Order: sequence, then structure tokens, then C-alpha cells
Amino acid sequence: MANTTDIIYGLYNDEEDLIRAVKEAKSAHLEIMDVYTPFPVHGLDPVLGLSESRLHIAGFVYGMLGTLTAFLGMTWIFTKDWPIIFGGKPHWSVPAFIPITFELTVLFASIGMVVTFYIINGLGPGVVNPTIDLRITDDKFCIAFDKKEVDTSKVESFLRSSGASEVHSKTI
Amino acid sequence: MSGHVSPIREPLVQGHKTYHDITEDLCAPTERKPGTGWVIGFILSITLLGFGLFCIAWTVWHGIGTWNLNRTIGWGWDITNFVWWIGIGHAGTLISAILLLFRQKWRTGVNRAAEAMTIFAVICAALFPGIHVGRAWVVFYFFPYPNTRGPLWPNFNSPLLWDLFAISTYFTVSLLFWYTGLVPDFATVRDRAKGMRRKIYNVLSFGWTGSAKHWQRWEALCLVLAGIATPLVLSVHTIVSFDFATSVIPGWHTTIFPPYFVAGAIFSGFAMVLTLMIVTRKLFNLQNYITIGHIESMNKIILVTGTIVGVAYLTELFIAWYSGYVYEQFAFFNRATGPYWWSYFGMMFCNVISPQLFWSRKMRRSVFVTFLISIFINIGMWFERFVIIATTLARDYLPSSWSYYSPTWVEMGIFLGTIGIFFTLYLLFARVAPVVAIAEVKSILKTAGDQYTGPNAIHHHHDHADHGHHEEVLSIASEGMADDDGHLQVVSGTAANQATETMVGQKDDLRKLEGIGPKMEEALNGGGVYTFAELADAQIDNLKQMLIDAGQNPDINDPTSWPQQAALARDGKWDDLQDLQDRLDGGRIV
Repeated sequence: MANTTDIIYGLYNDEEDLIRAVKEAKSAHLEIMDVYTPFPVHGLDPVLGLSESRLHIAGFVYGMLGTLTAFLGMTWIFTKDWPIIFGGKPHWSVPAFIPITFELTVLFASIGMVVTFYIINGLGPGVVNPTIDLRITDDKFCIAFDKKEVDTSKVESFLRSSGASEVHSKTI
Repeated sequence: MSGHVSPIREPLVQGHKTYHDITEDLCAPTERKPGTGWVIGFILSITLLGFGLFCIAWTVWHGIGTWNLNRTIGWGWDITNFVWWIGIGHAGTLISAILLLFRQKWRTGVNRAAEAMTIFAVICAALFPGIHVGRAWVVFYFFPYPNTRGPLWPNFNSPLLWDLFAISTYFTVSLLFWYTGLVPDFATVRDRAKGMRRKIYNVLSFGWTGSAKHWQRWEALCLVLAGIATPLVLSVHTIVSFDFATSVIPGWHTTIFPPYFVAGAIFSGFAMVLTLMIVTRKLFNLQNYITIGHIESMNKIILVTGTIVGVAYLTELFIAWYSGYVYEQFAFFNRATGPYWWSYFGMMFCNVISPQLFWSRKMRRSVFVTFLISIFINIGMWFERFVIIATTLARDYLPSSWSYYSPTWVEMGIFLGTIGIFFTLYLLFARVAPVVAIAEVKSILKTAGDQYTGPNAIHHHHDHADHGHHEEVLSIASEGMADDDGHLQVVSGTAANQATETMVGQKDDLRKLEGIGPKMEEALNGGGVYTFAELADAQIDNLKQMLIDAGQNPDINDPTSWPQQAALARDGKWDDLQDLQDRLDGGRIV
């Protein structure tokens, strides 16, 4: 691989140990590269200083796009492109447009958000991300440090003292 | 943190699992060779599927004249099956979306399989409108796209077209929701796999790493998808009901249809989820994850929606009578007493009467009864659609056009074929993907599993209605301690470690303290307090709760002085304890 990173990481057995350790690392001003967990750990985000995801704002924009596409599309088709009278109703029969407008709003918002989610996370079919430890998706909670950013010996002693069950170095 | 869980709730994950155990148990079905049950099921399903495909090919080749539809009865088994499958497809999104919004933690045990079921049911449903149009090869005319026929557009005012949009949207959103939930679990399988399997699962898992930021976005995504899928799931069957309700056929032209169809859809969906879950938990040995508690929760929903459906049936009858409209009155009279009376009574018995058994807790918690009733409901809901469609059409305005309809072997074959498609896909899914959401079950293990570590931790381990579990509690407690994982704290908010060391295998005679007799000691042991040290560190409120749990009155047996006494006993200050007890009146501070 072209870009490799030397990392040092500690594995914890429990999410509460993890949160405590992240707090300690923050107060010791150790630059955490990333934290990896087998499931979403509640209460980790604020401790880690992650700002709230703005994915829902993107979802709203995509949804609006769907609303407009459906409503303006049907309006154009039925009033300009090919006006037909159905059952004596007006060409621009707004109530009848509501169901499809709603469905396309949901469709656009969902597809847009999911695609955005994978793109910003750098995930997708065929993506191979370096594996730090195989047990992270099983039962280990991992705090990883980039060796370039931190004092390795300091981090190592921190990991050991904060209750990590294992400490390893690796190049990813 | 994810909120409070009442300590009296039944644990959703049983068997004292660790995170690793969960991974092992839930990945196992994808890793070992399939069992005999699976193989037999798969052969049966794929045979049905093959026969179904043959019948579909027969229909396309010879035309829908091979079906017994006639000029009067234009919709028969085809649309009955369509509505039936779509209804079944409602439970998945209901479980994953609505129950997520309501923070119902029991959804984690069943959501994955229910979502998969939704997707497969919608595939089966979508087949029918596709082939019942006759010329299936031009079915893409449904879609509005710039074409060389004018361009001629579909009629956007038609409920049949709304249906196309509703179902394709529903399918897409369910698929995205389901797959996004699967990605982290595929990563779990990937990290255990070797060789070719590892490569395959790496593609399936999209390179998931488990980074904290990814999880945060994943949760945000799931929450918003749930938020928009909730009105979506309600809209889909509403629109399906519009296919009927916007017509001018007596018996269809009613405003009650949307809510009645939605309730019926949830009802039939849950019945199918139960049918599948009961088989799945047995086949893959998942009784600790899909517990009796899960089954009971679903049975409660069955009872509610089944009763709503029953009320809707009766309301229809009442309104038909009350409207004074003879055609409407005849339509309903004909349903109950006409040539298809048997399907009406089948529907009434299966949908309205049979679920009433679930008023009894014993029935709700019986796997056998639940399975039987879920099958009844699957049949009953099929009858309901048949009653609405065929019975109504068979007796329309002109007696000269009245007709009778029974399906040909081709129509029956296609229906059996969709059952084959459904189970083939489900069985394949259960082999390839974890049928229970691994990451989500892990995330509730400590808040709602039997390793609950919140306030009143130890209380969670037993059913309070039952006083016979104290020994079990002790064994759970010492097991937790032996793990040394910190998974289990004896009394929360206390010096757990100290308590831990003294606890294993040690038990003080708590009756040395004033106010504590054999009954009280039993109550404390039941709450996980065995030693003076533990009692000294306990909170008064926790102690009172333990007494209440053991059926004692904390006002009569006031524990306020107990920790103080216990502290002296722990430190061996027996003289001071004697002095204190002299000042107490029956253990009370006076």
C-alpha cells in the first residue's frame, strides 16, 4: 500500500472501560486516531468529541428534491405535455398527486441518504479497509493512536494503566 | 445512555451470554453445514418454486385464459395473493421502524428476519400485478418514462398507479434499511471467515471497520430511515386499499378501508413473523435470543390488531345496514350467506375468534399455541382478501351477470410457487446472513439482557412473581464474578470490587443484626446481599426494593438502620453493635 500508518492500539473488554479510557486520554491530551467498537456504544460520541451527524439535513434536502420532482413532474405532464381529462376532473388535480409525491419524497430521501452515508464513510462494495484487529467486530473495544501524532511510550503506559487487556503495534 | 429499563422486565437475551458468545451463536448458522431440517425445507421450497415458475411460464405462453377469471370476476386469486403478500410484508418495516421510534428493545431479536421477510413477501406480491395484466412483456408501460408513444404518460390520478409507486418505494426503502443493518454483521462474519468466504463477506460488508464516527452516522441513518419508513408503511396498505375503495363497487366503496387494511396488514405480517420465528429459533437454536418474551410481545400485537380487524368487520356490517343502501346491504348479506359463505366464516373464525385466546398469558407464552394460531391467521387473512375480492365481484349489480369462480391448477400453482419463492429466499438468507442482528443484540445486552448492570442490577435476574429463584440468582452472580469482566455488579453504586472479593462463596449470618429474621435474610439474599460488607454499602432505597420484591413491607420491616449495623459487624465492632442495638427498637431508629 502506498500510504501506511504505524499505529499503536489497545483492546478493552468492556465498553465502560473504553469510555473511561477515552476520557482519560482526552484529559491527558493524547491525540486519539480512532475508536473502533463491535456495536454503537452510547455515550461515546460526546466523550470522543464527535459532533452530531448532519446526515439528516442531507436527507431533508433529498426528500425535498423528491417532492419537487414528483409534483412538478406530474404538473408539467398533465397541464403542458399531454393534457387529458380523466373523469371530468381538472387537469391540475392536486389531491390526486399527493400519494405519488409522498412516495417519491421518501424514495429520494432514503436513496440519497444511504448513498451519502456510504460515500462519506468511504465504504462500498469492493472496498478493502485495513483490519486493525479481527476481534473488533466481535467483542473487543479498540482505541488506536497514530504513532506520528503521539509519544509512543507515553501512550503505551496510558493504555496499560487505563485497563486495556492487550496493547499492540501495527502498520496499516 | 439509552434510557431506563425497568428492573422488573424479563431479560431479552438469556443464557448469561458474553459478547463473544453472541457472536458465536449468531454466526454459527452461516458457518456450519446446514442441518437436515434446513435441507428438507429447502428442497420442498425450491420444488414449489420450480412448479410456480412453470405455471407462470404457462400463463405467459398461453395467456391468462388459463385462469378461471371471467367477465364478471376480473380479479380472483391473483389479486387476493397480491394483497395477502403485501400485507405480510408490513411487519418487517413495522418492527424495524415503528418499534425503533418507540424504543422497543425487543425488536432487536426479530427485526433482521422480519425485514428479510418483508423484502421476500414484496417480491412475491409484485409478481401478481406483473403477470395478471396478461402481456407481461410490456409491463414496463406502467412506468412514466419519455417514450415513443406520444410520449404517452400513465394516469397519475389512478390508485393502481399510486400502488406501483408505493410498492416500488416500499421495496427499495426496506431493502436499503435491511442491508444497512446487515453491513456491520457481515463484517463480523467476515472477520471470522477464511479464504474465499472472507473475500465474499468482505464485498458484502462494504469494508466496514467499526469506527466510532461510522457507528454514529449509522445510527443517525437508521433513525431517519425509521422516521420516514413509518408513514411509508402506513401509506402502502392505505394505497392498496384505495385500489378498492375508490371504485364504485358496493362492499369496496367504503371509507373504513385504509385503517382497516393497515391493521389487517400488521396483523397478518406479525402472524407470518411468528410462524417464521418459531421455526427459525428451533432450526438454528436461537431460543436465548428469540425468547418466549419476544413471542409474547408479538402475540400482544396480534391480539390488538386482530381485534381492530374484528371491529372493522362488524363496523362494515353495521354501516351497511345503517346506510339504508340496498346494494351495500346485499353485498354484505351475500358475503355471509352467499355462495362463498365458507370463506366468510373461515375469515371470522381465524382472524377474530382464534386470536382472542391470547388474552390468556399462558396461551401467549405457549410456543405450540402461538404457532397454531399464527397459521390460522395466515389462512384467515388470505380468506379476508378472497372475501373482499371474489365474493363481491361474483354478485354485482346485474343478476344476469352473476357468476361463480374457482381457480384452475395454474392459478393455484402460481400461489404455491410464491410460497416456494418466499421460503427459498428466506432459507438462503438464513444461511448467508445472521438471522438475528448481532450488533444490535450486543448493544442491548447490558441494558435489557440478563446482564443488566443499571440501577438495581441484581433484581433484574429473576421474575418477581416467583420466589423460587434465589439459588439461580446466586449462581448467576458468582458466574459473573468469576468472569472478572466487570459485566455484573452486585449492588450498583457501591464498592463493587470489595463486595466482589468477599462475595464468592461467602455468606454472613445477617440475622445477627436487629430487625433481620429468616424472612428478611431471605429477601436480602434474593436481592444479592449476602455479607455484612455488601449490606453496609447498600442504598436504603435498594434495600426497600428488595423487600418489596420478596413480598415484604418495608414500612413494617424498616431497613434504615441495617447498613449502619452491618458496617459495625463487618468491622468486627461487636460491642459498638451491641450499644447501637440497645438504642434500636426492633431494628428501628427511635
